[in-house]
Amino acid sequence: MKKKKLKKSITNIILIIISYAAITILINSGILGRQMSSLIIPTGVNIILAVSLNLLTGFLGELTLGHAGFMSIGAYTGALITLNSGLPPAIALTLGIIAGGLVAAVFGLIIGVPVLRLRGDYLAIVTLGFGEIIKSVLTAVNFTGGAMGLSGIPKYTTYKNYTLVFIFIVLTILIISNMVHSRHGRAICSIRDNYIASEAVGIKISKYKIMAFVISAFFAGVAGVLYAHNVGILKPNNFDYNKSIEILVIVVLGGMGNIKGSVIAAIVLTLLPELLREADSYRMLFYAIVLIVMMLFNNSGLKERIMEQFKSKKQVTTEGGE
Amino acid sequence: MNLVTSILEQLINGLRTGSIYALIALGYTMVYGIAKMINFAHGDIIMVGAYSLYVFAGMLELPVPLAIILTIVVCAILGMTIEKIAYKPLRKAPPLAVLITAIGMSYFLQSAALLIFKATPIPFGSVINVPSLRLGSITISGTTIVILAVTTVAMIVLTLFINKTKAGSAMRAVSEDKDAAELMGINVNGTISLTFAIGSGLAAVAGILYICQYPSLIPTLGALPGIKAFVAAVLGGIGSIPGAMLGGIILGIIESLSKAYISTKLADAIVFSVLVIVLLVKPSGLLGKKRTEKV
Repeated sequence: MKKKKLKKSITNIILIIISYAAITILINSGILGRQMSSLIIPTGVNIILAVSLNLLTGFLGELTLGHAGFMSIGAYTGALITLNSGLPPAIALTLGIIAGGLVAAVFGLIIGVPVLRLRGDYLAIVTLGFGEIIKSVLTAVNFTGGAMGLSGIPKYTTYKNYTLVFIFIVLTILIISNMVHSRHGRAICSIRDNYIASEAVGIKISKYKIMAFVISAFFAGVAGVLYAHNVGILKPNNFDYNKSIEILVIVVLGGMGNIKGSVIAAIVLTLLPELLREADSYRMLFYAIVLIVMMLFNNSGLKERIMEQFKSKKQVTTEGGE
Repeated sequence: MNLVTSILEQLINGLRTGSIYALIALGYTMVYGIAKMINFAHGDIIMVGAYSLYVFAGMLELPVPLAIILTIVVCAILGMTIEKIAYKPLRKAPPLAVLITAIGMSYFLQSAALLIFKATPIPFGSVINVPSLRLGSITISGTTIVILAVTTVAMIVLTLFINKTKAGSAMRAVSEDKDAAELMGINVNGTISLTFAIGSGLAAVAGILYICQYPSLIPTLGALPGIKAFVAAVLGGIGSIPGAMLGGIILGIIESLSKAYISTKLADAIVFSVLVIVLLVKPSGLLGKKRTEKV
C-alpha cells in the first residue's frame, strides 16, 4: 500500500516537472506565437476554477451557480490590494492572492452556513441568487469603480510570469486531490452518495458541507486574483451567470468527480474557441449541447445500452472465430 | 405629487410586474409539482414567446389576435418537445443530472436565439392599444389594465381547470403519487406533457405582456424575469398554485418599492435576499405544504 502511494507520488512529481518543462519550451521557443501564449494564463485560471468547482459539484454532489461570484470577490480584493498598498510587486501580489482567497473563503462561509438546509434545486438557485447579489453590490458601491469597472490593475500575471500561475495550479490540484482521497474527502463523497446514510453513521454533514464550500471558494478567489492581474480591468459583468455556466461546462465535460478530467477539459475548452475563431458565435450553442448530451448519455441508460450492444457484438465475433 | 399618490403608483407598478411574475411562477410551480424538477428553461420560453410574437406580428404582419394565438401554440409545443427530448429520458436519473440538463436547455434556447436574431436589441412596439385610466390624481396606463385583466382571467381559468376538470384531477393525482396514479389508469406521460404545454403557454402569455411593458427584444430577456419568478414560486411555496400567484404579486411590489425608494441598482439584490430569507425562515414558503423526508 505504502509502496503504491510512493510510486504514485513519484509519477505525479515527474508529471509536474514534464508539464512545466513543456510550457517553458513552448513559451520561450516562440512556437506558440503571441496569441496562443496569451491564452496560457486564462487556461490556468480555468483549471483552478474547474478543479475547485469539481469539489462542490463532483464530490459533494451539490450544484452551485455562483462560482463566478467567489471569483469576482477574490479578483476585486486582490486588485484593490495591488492598486492601493504601494508595496513592491512580488509582495503585493502574494498578499493579494492570499487575501483574495481568504476573503472569498469568508464569503464561502457566509453563503455556506445559510444554505446548509438546502439541497439540489434550491441550493442551485440560492447560489445563483448570491452570485447576482454580489454582482449588483459590486456595481452599486463606489470603491470598485461601479459598472465602469476597476481599471489600471498592474499586469503581474502575464504569460511571461507563467511560473507563479503554474505553482498555483499545481497547489490547487494537489490540495484538492489529496483532500478528496483523505478521510474528509471520503466523508464528502458519502454525503453525495447518500446523505441520510452518512448522517446515520455519524458523519457531520454540516461540517463537511461548509468545509467544501470554504475550500472551493478560496481557490475560486485565488483564480480571480490571477485573472485580475492578467486582464488588467475588472467589470462586474465579467462575472455573471454565464461565467459560472462556463466553469460548470468544463466540470461536466471533464467528468464530475474527476480532477484529471477537469484539467483536460479546461485546457480543451479554453483553447478550442480560439482555434475555431470563425465559429465563435456557435460557442455558446456548443456549450449547451455538451451539457445536454453528456447528461443524457450518462444518465438515461443510453450508455449501458451501447456498452451492452458493443459487448454482445464482441461475443458474437469471438464465437464466430471459434 | 404627494407621498400617498407616489406610493399608490408604485404599488400599481408592483402589481403589474408582480402579475407577470405570477404567470411565470405558475409554470414553475406546476412543473415542479408534477415532474419534481425545476425547469430552468422556463424563463427562456418567455423569450421565445416574445420573439415569436415579433415574428408573427412584426415581420409577417398577421393580425394581432392570430399572432398571439400562434405564439401560445408555438411555446406550448416547444415546452412539450423539451420535455420529450431532454427530461423524459432522465426521469429516473439523479436530480443533479436533470438540473444540469435543464440549465443546458436554457442555455441552448438563449444561444439559438442569439444566432438567429443577433445580440442587438430589436425595438418592438406594444401590441396593446388601450387608453389610460385616470382615478383622481393617479393615472393607470392601458398596458397595466390589460396586464392585470389578462393575468386575473388566466389565474381563474387555471384554478377552475385544475379543480373542476378531469385532466386537472389527473394532474393533481400525478403530482401526489405518480405510481399510484398510473395504477389508477391515468396516462402519466400525457399528463406531464399537458402540464408542460400549459406552463409554457402561460410563459408565452407572460412573454407577450413582458414586451408590452419593456418593448425591446434581446435573447436574454427571459433569464432575469425567469429567475425572479422562481423566487416568487419559492416565496409562495413551490408546488402550490395560489402560492405562486401570491408570491409573484408580493415580489413585484417589493421590487417596485425598493426600486423607487431604496436604490435601482440594489433592487435585484433585495429581491434575491428575499429568497434567501424565505428559505432560511420558512423553506416551504408562505402557502406550501411541509414535506417530511422519508428514508
